[in-house]
Amino acid sequence: MFRWLAGAIALGLMSPLALAAEPVEVNIGYLHHAGIKETLSLIAQPAENDGVAGARLAIEDNNTTGKFLNQHFNLDEVRLKAGDDVVKAAQTLASHDGFIIADLPADQLLKVSDVLRDNGTLLLNAGAIDDRLREEDCRADVIHVAPTRSMLADALAQYLVWKQWKRWLLVVGSHDKDKLYADALRRAATRFGAKIVQERTFEDTGGARRTDSGVTLIQRQMPVFTQQAPAYDVLVAADESEVFASYLPYRTWDPRPVAGSAGLMPTSWDAAHDQWGAIQLQNRFVKLNSRHMTALDMQAWTAARMIGEAASRTNSGDPKRLADFIKGPDFSVAAFKGQALTLRDWNLQLRQPILLADGRMVVSVSPQEGFLHQVSELDTLGVDRPETKCKLR
Amino acid sequence: MWRHCLLPGLAAWLAAAAPAHAYIAYVSNEKGNTVSVIDTDSWTVTNTIKVGQRPRGIEFTRDGKFVMVAVGDDDTIQVIDAKTQQIVDTLPSGPDPELFTQDASGKTLYVANENDNTVTVIDLQTRGRVGDIQVGVEPEGMTVSPDGKILINTSETTNMAHFIDTAKREIVANVLVDSRPRFAAFKSDGSELWVSSEIGGTVSIIDPVKHAVTGKIEFSIPGLRREAIQPVGIDITKDGKTAFIALGPANRIAVVDATTHTVTKYLLVGQRVWHMAFTPDEKYLLTTNGVSNDVSVIDVASQKVIKTIQVGELPWGITITPQ
Repeated sequence: MFRWLAGAIALGLMSPLALAAEPVEVNIGYLHHAGIKETLSLIAQPAENDGVAGARLAIEDNNTTGKFLNQHFNLDEVRLKAGDDVVKAAQTLASHDGFIIADLPADQLLKVSDVLRDNGTLLLNAGAIDDRLREEDCRADVIHVAPTRSMLADALAQYLVWKQWKRWLLVVGSHDKDKLYADALRRAATRFGAKIVQERTFEDTGGARRTDSGVTLIQRQMPVFTQQAPAYDVLVAADESEVFASYLPYRTWDPRPVAGSAGLMPTSWDAAHDQWGAIQLQNRFVKLNSRHMTALDMQAWTAARMIGEAASRTNSGDPKRLADFIKGPDFSVAAFKGQALTLRDWNLQLRQPILLADGRMVVSVSPQEGFLHQVSELDTLGVDRPETKCKLR
Repeated sequence: MWRHCLLPGLAAWLAAAAPAHAYIAYVSNEKGNTVSVIDTDSWTVTNTIKVGQRPRGIEFTRDGKFVMVAVGDDDTIQVIDAKTQQIVDTLPSGPDPELFTQDASGKTLYVANENDNTVTVIDLQTRGRVGDIQVGVEPEGMTVSPDGKILINTSETTNMAHFIDTAKREIVANVLVDSRPRFAAFKSDGSELWVSSEIGGTVSIIDPVKHAVTGKIEFSIPGLRREAIQPVGIDITKDGKTAFIALGPANRIAVVDATTHTVTKYLLVGQRVWHMAFTPDEKYLLTTNGVSNDVSVIDVASQKVIKTIQVGELPWGITITPQ
């Protein structure tokens, strides 16, 4: 019996799988900033290890698989403090790691990409949702796992249109990223047949997000701010800066639902998502981290899993080989979204369904039924090939 | 028995119109937390049994006396007495059991525990846990080779079929397949192992001796996007000639020539079809349709869907009396 098995294993050596007898080490860097962003809702406040906790779980998952293939994965985390040089940190990581998962603002990501491009290091953007990184500022050495603002806006718009909530009151914050989100929402409204009946700007006049006087003032401000609007079905808020959107639900002058940066929110992941086997990932994550899994955690998990998936498919740990495979036509990754996720070859953006969640439940998943596409329905979300400004180099 | 007294002509007519035997099918309803009992003579639901949270994997014991159902959210397997149709016992599976399989003698049960990357081994006579085997991430599909020597487990995130020596309870080989492998089935002569990949959209044909993928079945349905084709359940006839593959949200069963591995036909069934079971005479194949809350009955010889039976909420697994 044993001899028969030994023979079978020897035969198995001829299959590509068993070539993995050579041990493979895959080193992955993780680059992000220390410091926690302030949110209006205390329960939305991210943990210190937001993002990197997802990457760590993926490393565990990769290593469970790697056990059978003689592959081992390591994660080197660099948490930048105020004043640290991001480029220097990236170069240090790149001297040891063939891959860097980055949760960096757009400008810093581009800087890092520019200094590392001749190095052969593959960057996986897990945090920045800026469309320009996939359009005019796209780079051949950066893969985007995070969805774009336009993908998020399109996902929301498809649902609102399906729901026949086509008249939007758009309220935009006064910071740059709020304006970018508003741009994406306007584009989505035009694409899917919604109408923005009016736009209002909510000026950030400063002030603390937490006060002892609490809600009294907000309860007076928000109804006043939203009164005398033309007839509308839904208030859509663009407030990535966390200044006002979460104050809107239940406080609008007219009784209307809120969507966008509060109420019904488009996101790549939600702690309440349990379809398509997701409950298993949620359970593993909670067990490891004693907290819920966020969208950033999921984006980092997916990035590290993409590397693991490429390593097991190619039987290699060579960054160049893995990068080529990930960018190639045979790559896909399963990420508990009910279908395979693949890369858009024209700008290296990961195609993905977008969840619509209200903070307690997943309400729906876009693309919505009926929004058709000749290649992939996932390409109804975000900037599509014919419209792209990206020239990969 | 009364049929034996009928005139031969009438008997032949009856044989064509109704099953020669009435069998009992048990269907696990994932959301309803129930098991629907179906009489295959009248094609009606005769009983609905309340079970634990999230029932999925379901199978008769080899002697036909009990039905075992994995209730994942209660971290156990419940045992239903087939005579009284009451829950009489539980089995000590690991956390979140989903699918399980038993050896040919019906003495040993192997359970895939999705939550902790293990396969649990249970002695069915003592109903005690006798061992665990570490496998890949999210173990799911389970089957034993016809000679009983090899247990197959598929792991959904590791994307492998693990070959486990049942005597030593050790992994002896791993075969990489396409994304999210969910179900494994041997041909009855042990010559081929078939593994379905839900997200990859394929069924891999594996040579169980060489431990190598020798072929892949792909599916294409006009008017349906590729991502909607998600193979899960596989049932191969005992003669090894025909296979049926459940294609999930494609709402179809693929009929496959199991010799040439080519799809010969697609049968439209209910929505989100998960798993299937043959009647022991292989005249009928029953499918569980998750989203439409029903079971489709396929006439195997004519390859036609002949009936739809409403069951509980989100039907998932199915098992039919072994004799």
